[in-house]
Amino acid sequence: MPDVKTKSRVSEIWELLETVHDPEVPVLTVVDLGVVREVREIESGIEVVITPTYSGCPAMNVIEINIKMALATAGYPNVAVRTVLSPAWTTDWMSEAGKQKLKAYGIAPPRGAAVDKSLLFAEPKRVPCPRCDSFDTKMVSEFGSTACKAHYQCNSCLEPFDYFKCL
Amino acid sequence: MNPPTPLFSYILRQADNVLILGQRLSEWCGHGPILEQDIALTNFALDLIGQARSLYQYAAEVEGKGRSEDDLAYLRDGFDFYNVLLVELPKGDFGHTMTRQFFFDAYNYYFYQQLQKSSDPTLAAIAEKSIKEVTYHLRYSSEWMIRLGDGTEESHRRMQTAVDALWAYTGELYTPDAIDQELLAAGIAVDLGRLQQHWQQRVREILTAATLDIPTETWMQKGGKQGRHTEHLGYVLAEMQYLQRTYPNSEW
Repeated sequence: MPDVKTKSRVSEIWELLETVHDPEVPVLTVVDLGVVREVREIESGIEVVITPTYSGCPAMNVIEINIKMALATAGYPNVAVRTVLSPAWTTDWMSEAGKQKLKAYGIAPPRGAAVDKSLLFAEPKRVPCPRCDSFDTKMVSEFGSTACKAHYQCNSCLEPFDYFKCL
Repeated sequence: MNPPTPLFSYILRQADNVLILGQRLSEWCGHGPILEQDIALTNFALDLIGQARSLYQYAAEVEGKGRSEDDLAYLRDGFDFYNVLLVELPKGDFGHTMTRQFFFDAYNYYFYQQLQKSSDPTLAAIAEKSIKEVTYHLRYSSEWMIRLGDGTEESHRRMQTAVDALWAYTGELYTPDAIDQELLAAGIAVDLGRLQQHWQQRVREILTAATLDIPTETWMQKGGKQGRHTEHLGYVLAEMQYLQRTYPNSEW
């Protein structure tokens, strides 16, 4: 028989994780971002399973510490955070709420499915401006302030903006 | 002291490849020809160093002697590094860096592609994660080979010079030794014979599109995978390891 207490404790943890923000894109929580893969009870306490967005993402260590701190403050001192690499993270795991928050923050959210990254000299993706919604935008740099972003500029309102790349 | 197991050495080879190349790419930080390239090269460095961390963590676990990922990166000497010679060579000009990157990306892409099927689940998971990043690297460096090779007279000359200078360091990427063969038989390692075919096809395709001559030289340098390095590795390690060597166990 499923243990009701266990179930509610796990869902309470999920709710607490909604308060842990990504240090580099602070408008998103770790749940919005899709990096929390699993929460379960283990013998020694709680285990939270996370996956990195990019192998070298420097935010992962901070995310791990912030998860432990948030849960400790809420009365869960024995939390283990385990990192898994498979299945590999994809922007498809970002929540709809997360995408809306990104746009409101001025970062264009990932659009559509990840494209074929092996195609040479492909046209850059058409990305609407997060400020004025114009599609008349241009890619300035395939690389931005963090590994997960590219740099764009809007030709209509001239606002430069980040685009959260599909992966 | 027991000699390292084949699996430990095998993981270290790839870990050292990506760490040393990541370190070389980091030298471009603040020196890229324009801002986009500056950010691109440091992004690649970050991806590669991230992959190195996953591999070192696993190597440390396989070794089981209490060494950490940091111990493996910062406290080994040159003869205990097993990266191919290609990645330790000086960065040269932007064309030289891109040519080295292209030769390595073509290896790295097909390496991870096969490693995803490894019977070792940790290596397969690292490969599954890494190949998404390397797909992007290979496209980027392939485009620059074509853009610069088929560019101006000056850019063409520089690219051909780089291709000719680096060619003798490419054979090591796909030449197996006893460790590769033993682990291939166990279903763990990548089949370098198959990788060689893919690598050569990709290189032929891109160099042709770039109007660059494919060198006919067949003599190849080797030794890195066995810990015999060029004089350049020592300089990389001196800079990278300085802090931990001078102030042991210092932390952020």
